[in-house]
Amino acid sequence: MKLLAGVDVGTRVTKAVLIDEQGRVVARANLPTGHDLAGAARKVVDRALATLPGGAAVSYVASTGFGRYQVPFRDVQITEITCHARGAVALAPGTRSVLDIGAMNARAIRVDERGRVRAFRMNDKCASGAGRFLERVAKGLEMDLEDIGPLSLRATAPQSISSICAVLAESEVINLVTQGHGVEDILAGTHESIAGRIAALLRQVGVEQEIALTGGVTKNVGMVRALESRLGQAVVVHADAEYAGALGAALLALRRVTMLAAKGAQELRPQSPVSQLREKSAQ
Amino acid sequence: MIVAGVDVGSTATKAVLVDDNGKVVARALSDTGANVVRAAEKAFRQALASAGLEEWDVGYTVGTGYGRYKVPFGNAQITEISCHAKGAIALFPGTRTILDIGGQDTKAIRINERGEVQDFCMNDKCAAGTGRFLSAAADVMEMSLDDIGPASLRAPRVLKITNVCTVFVEAEIMNQLARGSSVEEILAGVHASIAGRSIGLMRRVGLEDEITFTGGVSRNSGMVASLESRLERKLNVHPDAQFNGAIGAALFALERATHGHDGDTAGAAPAAGGAA
Repeated sequence: MKLLAGVDVGTRVTKAVLIDEQGRVVARANLPTGHDLAGAARKVVDRALATLPGGAAVSYVASTGFGRYQVPFRDVQITEITCHARGAVALAPGTRSVLDIGAMNARAIRVDERGRVRAFRMNDKCASGAGRFLERVAKGLEMDLEDIGPLSLRATAPQSISSICAVLAESEVINLVTQGHGVEDILAGTHESIAGRIAALLRQVGVEQEIALTGGVTKNVGMVRALESRLGQAVVVHADAEYAGALGAALLALRRVTMLAAKGAQELRPQSPVSQLREKSAQ
Repeated sequence: MIVAGVDVGSTATKAVLVDDNGKVVARALSDTGANVVRAAEKAFRQALASAGLEEWDVGYTVGTGYGRYKVPFGNAQITEISCHAKGAIALFPGTRTILDIGGQDTKAIRINERGEVQDFCMNDKCAAGTGRFLSAAADVMEMSLDDIGPASLRAPRVLKITNVCTVFVEAEIMNQLARGSSVEEILAGVHASIAGRSIGLMRRVGLEDEITFTGGVSRNSGMVASLESRLERKLNVHPDAQFNGAIGAALFALERATHGHDGDTAGAAPAAGGAA
């Protein structure tokens, strides 16, 4: 079986999606990125391949994410914006606006029916509207990141957070706890404050129906609800929303390979088993 | 008589005990953590224990720092700007400009010869240029905060760090490491970035000699060297520089305990004697 891989090396999590030559997803995997970006990329592809019967091999790799240049075995690297646009439309064909919220970056992308980017905005100076803000607040409250979203939904009197800086917010929530505010209320305020900044990003590119959320933060139900409330409408969250970037990369890789083959410039390389993938990355 | 100053910082809480002559007789440091009250009590009790004193030996306590209204045994609270001015003029009487770099605050304070605050400014929107920027870099490189300053001094060149955001700089460092840049040159770049922002802050209040460098980050030799090379002059750095705010608070406590509340005005009277 000839497969194509999309590898999304994010600041927190590295994701891989393997597709066949018809563009069907056959495997996916994720793992924490850590400090060895090349190692994480290699491991995540191995892990996705391990879910398939023997003989499966990856013949073409597209990398994306902040660490896309650190994937030694890549055939091509593609920006996150392009990949998330393509991936989001593949997951939910009605998508015209994409909000990708990762650990460090939030991006608002307006797309056409084929998943091509029409306009985008992202936070590139400061992490005030990104997952790391939530991580910092969770750390300040000495809680697990997975717990803060559900807990925020139990708020009775959301307490607004004035800090825009993720680092300063950590101390602000500690002060709020000391002043006797409930953790639920503080968390609700945190989610609302981030949602406000992300919604503003989306308005800058123009809101078009339907809105899809992608990226790791989509797993946080509190964030999804806060965004829906801020935008005044429902948003689409696919079960594979976290993999949108990797899926988009894989689909764009397929498109590239198909075009190259049509031009006769290059055939899909013969099957390269994982060991060969390793050799290539070691070069 | 013994008086106390407790400086509840964003990262570390400092307590000092001062005698009638304004001499520091005990100092203690604890992590601030999530409970500022507990941190303040802990530092205070550690300082007492190290001097062999009891709580009732302390005549007056002034609290300062970001948690200053949370120091439960404090008789009064005074802003950290005033306390830093008070402390710095006691440690170095020639001080006219104070640069205080703490865990998440960087302050530039201009004072007159009596230690009165003339002007000050600080970062208030974001943690760029503060100690957190350094600890983020240390975390990414899996180094201890104590090692990064000396390591930065070994760099053959200073790498340009472009990100201002403490969160984004982590990703920039990870990419630089993956590209093969050395830990030393990255650290030199990180220190240079903070030095540049700090000097900008000092220029806004007016940079006058002598400059006294205080706060936890003043213990970092790489930071001192980076600031001195950009400013082309020496900085005053006292071994007790991290306790400067607490020392200032204690000296205010001494004035209040001695003269009653007439000594209220920040820095109105010169400190009695120098701190040890």
